[in-house]
Formats: sequence, C-alpha cells, structure tokens
Amino acid sequence: MLKIENLHVRIAGKEILKGLNLTVKPGEVHAIMGPNGAGKSTLGNVLAGREGYEITAGTVDFGDKDLLQLEPEERAAEGLFLAFQYPVEIPGVNNTYFLKAALNAQRKYRGESELDSMQFLKLVREKLRVLHISDELLHRAVNAGFSGGEKKRNEIFQMALLEPRLAILDETDSGLDIDALKMVAEGVNHMRSADRAFIVITHYQRLLDYIVPDQVHVLAEGRIVESGDKNLAHKLEEHGYAWIEQRRTPERTSV
Amino acid sequence: MATERNDIENALNRRYEAGFVTDIETEYLPPGLSEEVIRELSAKKNEPQWMTDWRLKAYRHWLTMPVPEWAKLQIGPIDFQAISYYAAPKARPKSLDEVDPKLLETYDKLGVPLHERAKLAGVAVDAVFDSVSVGTTFRKELAEAGVIFCSMSEAIREHAELVQQYLGSVVPVGDNYFAALNSAVFSDGSFVFIPKGVRCPMELSTYFRINAMNTGQFERTLIIAEERSHVSYLEGCTAPQRDENQLHAAVVELVALDDAQIKYSTVQNWYPGDENGVGGIYNFVTKRGDCRGARSKISWTQVETGSAITWKYPSCVLRGDDSSGEFYSVALTHHAQQADTGTKMIHIGRNTKSKIISKGISAGRGQNSYRGLVKVERSAEGARNYTQCDSLLIGKKCGAHTFPYIEVKHPSAIVEHEATTSKISDDQLFYCRSRGLGEEDAVSMIVDGFCKQVFKELPMEFAVEAKKLLEVSLEGAVG
Repeated sequence: MLKIENLHVRIAGKEILKGLNLTVKPGEVHAIMGPNGAGKSTLGNVLAGREGYEITAGTVDFGDKDLLQLEPEERAAEGLFLAFQYPVEIPGVNNTYFLKAALNAQRKYRGESELDSMQFLKLVREKLRVLHISDELLHRAVNAGFSGGEKKRNEIFQMALLEPRLAILDETDSGLDIDALKMVAEGVNHMRSADRAFIVITHYQRLLDYIVPDQVHVLAEGRIVESGDKNLAHKLEEHGYAWIEQRRTPERTSV
Repeated sequence: MATERNDIENALNRRYEAGFVTDIETEYLPPGLSEEVIRELSAKKNEPQWMTDWRLKAYRHWLTMPVPEWAKLQIGPIDFQAISYYAAPKARPKSLDEVDPKLLETYDKLGVPLHERAKLAGVAVDAVFDSVSVGTTFRKELAEAGVIFCSMSEAIREHAELVQQYLGSVVPVGDNYFAALNSAVFSDGSFVFIPKGVRCPMELSTYFRINAMNTGQFERTLIIAEERSHVSYLEGCTAPQRDENQLHAAVVELVALDDAQIKYSTVQNWYPGDENGVGGIYNFVTKRGDCRGARSKISWTQVETGSAITWKYPSCVLRGDDSSGEFYSVALTHHAQQADTGTKMIHIGRNTKSKIISKGISAGRGQNSYRGLVKVERSAEGARNYTQCDSLLIGKKCGAHTFPYIEVKHPSAIVEHEATTSKISDDQLFYCRSRGLGEEDAVSMIVDGFCKQVFKELPMEFAVEAKKLLEVSLEGAVG
C-alpha cells in the first residue's frame, strides 16, 4: 500500500531524512521508534504533505498514486490520515461542522455522495459509542480548550470517522496517562482490518503492549537502521538506542 | 461549501424576457458647488423653503471647515467642484451582454438572481418589471400598522413636521466636514417613522424601495421609533455596486424614544476598485443613534467588505436612563483597501450599557484600523461597557491597527476592553487540509468562525449572504 524508496528530505537546508526505505502492506501495523531528532515527525509530516520540507530524492507510492505529487487534501481523500502529535486549535469553528465538511470534501473527491446533517450525526454517534467517547466534544470548537488527552481522543475520533486506508499516528501516546493510552489503543485496534494499515510513531514501548505491531523499525540518523518483530521494541526498551549504534558500528563505539 | 461556479454562458443565454428600456433623463446640473447650485437642486426637488434654507445654512458652515486629516488613511485630494450634485444617470448598458464579465462572474458566485443582476449592473430596467406589485402589498401592510416608510424626498413634502422636528437633531449640521456637505447637498434616502407601541410587521429593507440603487452619493436617512416601538432596518446588498461617483458621504440618524428599539443592519460591498485600489469608492459615512428615551435600545450590525476607503463610526448616544447601545462589525480589507472604522458609545444617562464587538480582517495589502470611543460623562452613574476588538491577519503584507479611546468621568463605571490579534496560522491551514478540506474552504471556515459573534446578530438572509460575500472577497487571499 505504501512504498517509500530512498527518501531524502531537507528542512531549512539541513538534511533530516537520508535515504529512508519502508514498505507497508494492507492489514499491517508498523511501529517506528527512534531517538529525538532522528526524523520521525518529519516522516509523518512529509507523508501528509506539510509545506516547508524539501524532497531532494526518492519516491513514495501510495497505492497506484505518486503521493508526493498530491496536495494534502488530495492525500486525505485518497485515504491517508495523520494523527498529530500537537493538534492545533481552531477557535470559533465547531468540531462537528468541521468534520462534516472534511468528510464530505473527501467523499466528493472520491465521487461518493455527500452526507446530509442527519446521516452525518448518525455516523458520528455510532463512532462515539464504539470508542466510548462522550458526545460533549461535538459541541466545542476544534481542539479549543481541550486538554492534551482530549485532543488525542479527538484525533482518534476523527480517524474513526474518516476511515482512512493508512493511518499514521505521530507520537499519539506522548503526554497521555495510562487510561487515555488504553483508550487510544482500543480505538486503533478496533479499526484494524485487512484493508487498513497503521504506522505508529512512538518513543516508548509501552503503547506497543496495547497496539501490537507486526513490524518494528528503528529510525536513526535519517534512515531505518534496523527492523524486526515486536520483540525488537522490548530489546530497545531494555538497552536503549545506543545499543542499536553499537550493533551497527561496533568499531566506532569501542574506543 | 464554495459556491458552485455555474456555467456563465448558460446563465446569460437564458434570455431576459422583459426586454430593456433605456431611460434617458434630461435633467442635470453641471459640476460645481455654490449657493446657486444648492438653490437649483432644492428647486428641482420641489422642496419647501425651510428645507432650502437648512441646506444653505449647512453649506455656509461647510465652507468654514477644514478637510479632516486625522484618520489613518491615505486619501487623494477630492475636488468638490468636479462633482455634479444633480447628475443624470450615465448612459447605461442596454443589456447584460454589455456588462463587464468579471462583474457578472461575481453575481454568479454570490448567487444573485438573474433579474437582479441587470438592475445591479446599472442596466436600465423596465419599471413594470421592478417589483411594483411586491412594493404595493408591502406598503399596504405597513400603512395598516401606521408605519411610514418612504423616500426622504417624499417625507420632506408629505411629513414636513416630523422631518423638521428630527432632522439634524442627532447629527447636527456642523458635526463634521462630510456631514455638513451632506446636509447641504443630500440627494435622497430613507425616512422611517414607527408610531407608539407598534412593532414594525416586517424587516424594512432598502431593496423594496423602488429606485433604491439610485439614491446617489449623498444619501440621507432618518429613522424615528416612538415610545415602545420596534423596527429592524436592513441596508445594502452583497452584490458589488459600481458607481462613477467616487465619494459617498451619507448621513444616517436614528432616534429611539422610551422603550423603543431600533436594529440597523448593513451589508455593504461598494466597488473596491481594482487590485491597486484605483477607481474604488470612498465610503465616508456619519451614522449615529440617539437613545433619547429611557430603556431604549439601538443596535448597529455591519459587514463591510467593499469600498476603496471606508471611514465610518456608527455610534450611540445613551441619553435615556437604562438605555443600551450595541455595535457588531466585521470589516474586511483586501488588495489595496483601507478602513478606519469603529464606533462611539457616549454614556450620559444612568445605568446605561454598551457592547462593542469588532472583527477586522486584513488580507493582501489591506489596512484595517479600529477606532473606538467609550465616553462616560459625569452624569452617567452605573455605566457599563464591554468592548472586544479582534483582528485577523491573512498573509504577510496587510496591517491591523487599534485606537481605543476610553474617557471615564464617573467612578462607578465599569469599562472592559479585550483585544486579540491573530493570523490564520499555517498549522491551522495544514490541519484543515490534512482532513480533506481545500485551502480556500479552510480559510473561509476559519474566517467564519472568527466572525461568528457578529454574524449571529444579522437577520438571517443577510447572514447567509454575508458569509458568501466574505468567501468571495477573500479569494486569492492565501498564498
């Protein structure tokens, strides 16, 4: 579903991603871990299409489309979703109104019929019920005055509503307590299916106890340096990122 | 969410059945201003002597006044001798085919019904087609309620006592430079009188007045609400109106007696000129409401997106005890537009309240200034004011400026002022786009959220139009 080949990305003249390769198939959950500054958030933002990133080499195929040629809203309509690490607030814009407009914009792009208010609300209540989220967030402006946990919940709710083919969770677990974490994991697990794939970007192994990945990758110095199954995450937790360094370049670390 | 762009060819091909009649008027005065011109102007309108004298007094006063230069506006010099004060309508386009296609495109985007487009574009329209029947039924209803709603010219002839009693009582002839000029040469406007205890059965809209579009550049309006009466008045329209006359210096006076309420809503989109502001209209207006009676209430709501230069401060004089004044405004400046607008709330009576919600949006190279005065006089025990003035900047070349003036002379007054300035951030835009919304839709949505507090004060049809108008006005604002 997603094929990234030799991706090189610069921001403000500095190269952050240095030849990243990644293949994700439908139904799979991939975890990406790595030290700070490695480029994890850069990856999420580049895939979603944020401006300010210069792609100097490489390709990204999303299904049969060249992802890098599409505008952010087109990528969304093609089925890509990014759950932000720091969701921005949009005061004055009602959350429900925003989501209905977004969903309908995507449906229109795909040639599907748009939902009217009644149909939309029905869909919303269904998703809220499944996720055990109160409908109170429907009445508020987008993320305005939301606590950190509420913002993350809103991201998961949006994901459930928009039903993407590929969902990228950018450090969704940061700043969450154990209950909020479990809730996020439940939301994701509920959406796992043979047609859908997830990329879970995280610092800590803990989330991966709840969202069990099929593959774990370590992103360091701008590229994926090691891949493995879920046990790799445990090893990282035990030994830290330096351990990866050692395994890659033993000569360097033994001075 | 963006207005569907209909195929303009199709729209134009639907032939306008009635056909057009060119209406050639032969009366006109050559450009220039003098006592002679004013006398002639007054004579052409068949005005009584007292009206002519009133105009002359205003003119003589105007001659002694200097042109005001304190606003944060760049205005080219205006040659008052080059304006004709009683001009024939210029040769009009005979059909929509002769009208600037860009203008037609805008009508299309705003969803203006076809038969209105002709009128708005200045195409001479057969009077028979011009909603005469609508006007008639509506006048009948008003007449039954005792409401007078007619043109100012008619009022001067038919309701002289009322006019004499109230005209100039809220905006005196010498109040300011443009008011003085207006008093001398005003062309026409609306006159509204609501008798005691009457709630006007419908919203009064200038649209219903026949020839509303041709009131000329010096419009004069007077609205009187007697004890316990209510009226809601709508002025303007969303479709851009072109006019060769560059200067529009109107005066609007509102009078509310005991327990009366006047709601005055304006949606104005005067032609802003081209992208460099050339040819746009100067909208210099004096609007003031006098809450003369106890417990009276006057509320101003405006959405201003047009004009090359907007200079206006709809204000309230809170004379009656327990009276209240409100001002809700959205002012947009784009391309090279400038606006210096705001309000004045003058607290004189006891326990008076005022509320000011001003939203300024600047885009392109637009310059938007809010200038507000909250004045609490020595007599105004228990005065309360709440002011919120927010600015939204779109892009890197626009400007927003705030000049709040607060003068308080009574120790019991409570005056609150909040102000915010924000940008539509890249983060917000990206968030919207990452969910599937296009850039322009995202900007519209965010701007609408910003203006919500003001839009909800507008009568419904106006609110819907105003939203669409903002969307159209902001096209190309991002990037």
